[in-house]
Amino acid sequence: MNLVLETKNINKHFLKPKDFHVLKDISFSVKKGEFASIMGKSGSGKSTLLYILSTMDTEYTGSLYLNNELITGKNHQELSRIRNKYVGFVFQFHYLLSEFSVLENVMLPAKKLAEKSHQEIEFLAMEKLKMLDIDKLALQRASRISGGEKQRVAIARALINNPIILMGDEPTGNLDSRNADNVFNIFKQLKEEQGLSLLIVTHDEDFAKKTDRIIQMEDGRIVS
Amino acid sequence: MTNWPVILNIAKTHLLTKFKSTLTAALGVTFGIASYITLVSFMTGLNTMLDDLILNQTPHVHLYNEIKPTAKQPVALYDDVQQSFQFIHSVKPKQNQKKIHNALPILNYLKEDKNVKGATPQARAQIFYISGSNELGGNLIGVDIMEEVKLSNISDYIVNGKPEDLKNSDSGILLGAGLAEKMSLKIGDRVQVSTVKGDLFPLKIVGIYQSGIADIDNSQSFVNLKTVQRILGETQNYITDINIKLNVIENAPVYSKKLSSLFSITATSVNEANAQFETGTNIRNLITYAVSITLLIVAGFGIYNILNMLIYEKMKDIAILKATGFSGKDVQLIFMSQAMIIGIVGGLLGLVLGFIFSVLIDHASFKTEALPTIDTYPVSFSISYYVIGIVFALISTFIAGYLPSNKARKIDPVKIIRGT
Ligand SMILES: Nc1ncnc2c1ncn2[C@@H]1O[C@H](COP(=O)(O)OP(=O)(O)OP(=O)(O)O)[C@@H](O)[C@H]1O
Ligand SMILES: [Mg+2]
Repeated sequence: MNLVLETKNINKHFLKPKDFHVLKDISFSVKKGEFASIMGKSGSGKSTLLYILSTMDTEYTGSLYLNNELITGKNHQELSRIRNKYVGFVFQFHYLLSEFSVLENVMLPAKKLAEKSHQEIEFLAMEKLKMLDIDKLALQRASRISGGEKQRVAIARALINNPIILMGDEPTGNLDSRNADNVFNIFKQLKEEQGLSLLIVTHDEDFAKKTDRIIQMEDGRIVS
Repeated sequence: MTNWPVILNIAKTHLLTKFKSTLTAALGVTFGIASYITLVSFMTGLNTMLDDLILNQTPHVHLYNEIKPTAKQPVALYDDVQQSFQFIHSVKPKQNQKKIHNALPILNYLKEDKNVKGATPQARAQIFYISGSNELGGNLIGVDIMEEVKLSNISDYIVNGKPEDLKNSDSGILLGAGLAEKMSLKIGDRVQVSTVKGDLFPLKIVGIYQSGIADIDNSQSFVNLKTVQRILGETQNYITDINIKLNVIENAPVYSKKLSSLFSITATSVNEANAQFETGTNIRNLITYAVSITLLIVAGFGIYNILNMLIYEKMKDIAILKATGFSGKDVQLIFMSQAMIIGIVGGLLGLVLGFIFSVLIDHASFKTEALPTIDTYPVSFSISYYVIGIVFALISTFIAGYLPSNKARKIDPVKIIRGT
């Protein structure tokens, strides 16, 4: 079986302000090329789970596997590298470095990875921008483009190192329905053309219905 | 594995977009370093000048006969009374001559010695200067003037006339500047000196001597060795003092002990004679460094504040960098680089500015009666101040940058992204 991501009995507590069992026995997996969405009421723990899966949050019990490799227990330095190389992350709020150009924002994770030359990276970044139809904005400052454009830049940045999985925390939450459809189509296209795995948290029922699988969360548990 | 080009590129972008803050921080360092360089150059210049003022007039080793009680009283030599108590009242120094009794052999010995750069004989005499009705006490030093010129910079202190004039004149005198003023005498005039015994001798003023130390200038004059011997009615071997310059001044204390026991004579080294000057030098150095370090600490706080502010503003950027795969160490290096760039640029500017200030001071006119050889402020130029300055700058910016950047390293991206 070709699992890109797998969790076994992940539990997490918030200790402050009082002990709160936010994630309860989360065990699930995402197959290669699968487009899965996570739904659930506000406060059910979706974002919390996603931060753990993206290796940013290490305070949990249970185990996390990426590409069948145990991630849990690795040190921060290794986790940074894994995040850099294998995980693409798109936030609800399009977090870009506002002082850098669009192109530089997209290139940055690849420059950090340092597996390719500057020219190759620039070429790849331009390709991603073209694919997302924002190549005209490449040299604009990231602070001077619209919200929908920023979201697409963030997707291009998440894709620059050809990750094995793309995670998104309500990436369409701030977009109008036309832009949201646009982003969905891009995800769909990435899955079909490049076999990318996707795990997207969303409140948008229409969006979720179009994905391969809906993971439903309730009170810190996966219910279906 | 650190990816420097990326880190430096991000650091550079941060610095350039916050150019005003960067400039403020860098100028803080510049100001601190420039002040340090200027202060230390000026203070050291001053120290050297003051030390030279004394050292040039102080021989490394000074040989003379001191009048003091015999250390071993005769009774101690007398075996019969060794078992009993000995009471000696009213111990007085033995009638002793000021003359160094074996001066010529000592001089010969010193001429052969490789440690010695040169030794000059002197004959001192207590006299009165008489001009008209004025009578002033003082002393006359008989010297071999050309030897003195070679070994000390006495010629710097001859403000009127030339050393050669003294050499060529049997009854010439280099009169102390204070004396000349008190008695309204100038070159070419005559002055009478009277010995303690009352004999009068006319001398012709061939030059004025001004050491810058009032006590000396008000009492001391130079004549030829022979002149003093003649005035005192003594022979050619009447020598009261021998001044020795060594090749290595640091050897003075040891060498002086050696001579003292070798020739049973009093020998003082420059260190004993001028112990207080080192104290002065040390205190001036202490002040210089205290002021400079204070300035650098102030500059360091500037950097610390600005980086703290920057990190606070860039919280979101830090979270993004970490979320996209930059490690805590990378983030720390980004902010450390900014601190170090500020330190290096500010520090180098400070060196240049400090140098310019030093040159300006060095060219500023500074004329004073007391220091005839000085006409601009003394400034010491030494590469070591500049090395210390830049090292100072780097250390203080490193410390100022370390604390905030360490905070940036520890920032939890999840917290920022959640917005709490
Ligand atoms: N740092 C924290 N300390 C304590 N409790 C927290 C913390 N962060 C989140 N929580 C709580 O954990 C629960 C899950 O939060 P989470 O953000 O994962 O919800 P969510 O499913 O993403 O909700 P939404 O759909 O509104 O984004 C919430 O009840 C929240 O109040
Ligand atoms: Mg959420």
